[in-house]
Amino acid sequence: MSDSDTASDRVRLAASRFIDAVRERSATRPGTRLRSNGQVRLGGAIVGTLALVALVGPLVAPYDPTAQVLEARLRGPTLAHPLGTDALGRDVATRLVYGARVSLGLALIATGVRVVLGTTIGLLAGVSRGVVDAALMRLVDIQLAFPGLILALVIAGTLGPSLRNVVIALSVVGWATYARVVRGAVLGVKEQPFVESARLYGTPNRRIARRHLLPSVVSPVVVLATLNLGTVILAAAGLSFLGLGAQPPTAEWGTMIADGRTYLRSAPWLITAPGVAIALTVIGCNSLGDGLRDVLDPNHLEDGKRRRS
Amino acid sequence: MIRALFRRLGSFAVVLAGVSFLTYGLVFLTPGDPASTILREQRQSPPSSAATEAFRAEHGLDEPFVTQYVSWLTDAVRGDLGTSYARSEPVASLLVEYLPNTLELALAAIGISLLLAVPTGVVSAVYHDTWIDRTGQLVATLGVSMPNFWLGYLLILVCSLWLGLTPVSGAGTIGHLVLPAITLGTATAAVLTRLVRASMLEALEAEYVDTARSKGVRERVVVTKHALRNALVPVLALVGLQFGFVLNGAVVVEVVFQRPGLGTLLVDAVFARDVPVIQGVVLVTATAFVSINQLVDLASLALDPRLEPTSIGGGAR
Repeated sequence: MSDSDTASDRVRLAASRFIDAVRERSATRPGTRLRSNGQVRLGGAIVGTLALVALVGPLVAPYDPTAQVLEARLRGPTLAHPLGTDALGRDVATRLVYGARVSLGLALIATGVRVVLGTTIGLLAGVSRGVVDAALMRLVDIQLAFPGLILALVIAGTLGPSLRNVVIALSVVGWATYARVVRGAVLGVKEQPFVESARLYGTPNRRIARRHLLPSVVSPVVVLATLNLGTVILAAAGLSFLGLGAQPPTAEWGTMIADGRTYLRSAPWLITAPGVAIALTVIGCNSLGDGLRDVLDPNHLEDGKRRRS
Repeated sequence: MIRALFRRLGSFAVVLAGVSFLTYGLVFLTPGDPASTILREQRQSPPSSAATEAFRAEHGLDEPFVTQYVSWLTDAVRGDLGTSYARSEPVASLLVEYLPNTLELALAAIGISLLLAVPTGVVSAVYHDTWIDRTGQLVATLGVSMPNFWLGYLLILVCSLWLGLTPVSGAGTIGHLVLPAITLGTATAAVLTRLVRASMLEALEAEYVDTARSKGVRERVVVTKHALRNALVPVLALVGLQFGFVLNGAVVVEVVFQRPGLGTLLVDAVFARDVPVIQGVVLVTATAFVSINQLVDLASLALDPRLEPTSIGGGAR
């Protein structure tokens, strides 16, 4: 028996143990509950499919999303162009697929920045209390005092129309809700016995925040972020529709609707396809978020699903 | 109670001050020098340095930032929001001209959303977990997930272009108001439907409902009089909080229907870099938004003193 054999045996053994452990874990509550939740499955399927389209679609799409074929302008749906062509003869289906990349990408970035910014500020406020807490919470109040899309519109417009500036604008406006939620969760868990005892043992604040407080704020943040993906996609599409986001010839869903509106009567498919794409994406994110909330936060009041007792 | 009220007023004032400061400061996000960027945008050609200097002096942009902010704020408190760069009209009179249209649209949208949400939510709750409920829920999900500008164009396509029922764009008559109000009200209706349903489900399980039933009150009366009346309290609070969301949506909806209003005013000002108009619209909408939230908070506190006082500010959107 050679060395490499025992090595690979060992790897195989470790792998099977790992798989067993994973199976065992997933048989316990959260995993199974997640997978048996209809909304999570529906939302997961939609978001997963879209992510796949965004990743792989551009590699297999038969057309160039920006190639203009002027003799094939405004064609209705045909076999060659299943969703028709636009005013410049570009294939709508191809542009839709490339648009998925833009929408999902910017939603992920903007939501990510919101999460990091909001969680940091919320943790800081919840842990420190006193003047720092009061100051940070007034900052949160000030941010929430602006109707979000209006603030984002002004920031994006002032920085200048571009996709990057839309991402910046949408990142800066949405963090306050996270800060509030995280601070609430921290205050809730801070008085728990396990945190008190950690403090009695002289554990440094930073370590308490990381080891004990962060885990209990993760699930509300995950739920909020999932629901937020949909909101960000809607807002970004709206800003692009107004002309502040993706600039031509970039294929983006909001811009496609803006371009298509001129041909509302003669070529209604131009606005239908991107609109359905946006709605479907948002339905996916919302459904996933609602489902996650049901599983992770069973005490949530607004879902109206509390069992009759 | 009085002390709590004063503390709230104090933080309300802090928030308003912060809002005005941010509103004024936003302009300075302009890449490069604001004066020359604004002039370039207005004339579509690079301005001479003399013209830039003159523009700066005329609008006080050569002063230190804090001086500019303080003088803008003191004027704003007196009702003077400066003069539009693009239209050379006072911003305040532009706001007075455009605000009623937006207010009319917002109120109509909230009205329509209540008309849609209350019956749907009640029926969903009464026929809880049946196909009726599930259809209602599905429609509500669709309602929050559709981009409102897209819904607007679909309505224009069907109602105006195909059926010829309503005018395509503009403002003034009821006909001009119907489609924008439906467009704007749909998302709010969806959010409210969910809350009405949840709130009704809870109310229908309450003891007073059992009492009413055992007294032999007819089911219809139990639902409409006993349960609904109690279920509507949180709904009304949410209606107030949805106001900001409606203002957000109004911007895009006004552009779709080419309705003169604060939204179209703001969008035009953003593209023209008409700074005083941007500042004016943002200041007015944010102040209105935060004041309404504050009033809703106080009202629900007065209605139900058990509620924890929260800090100022709106919902997730």
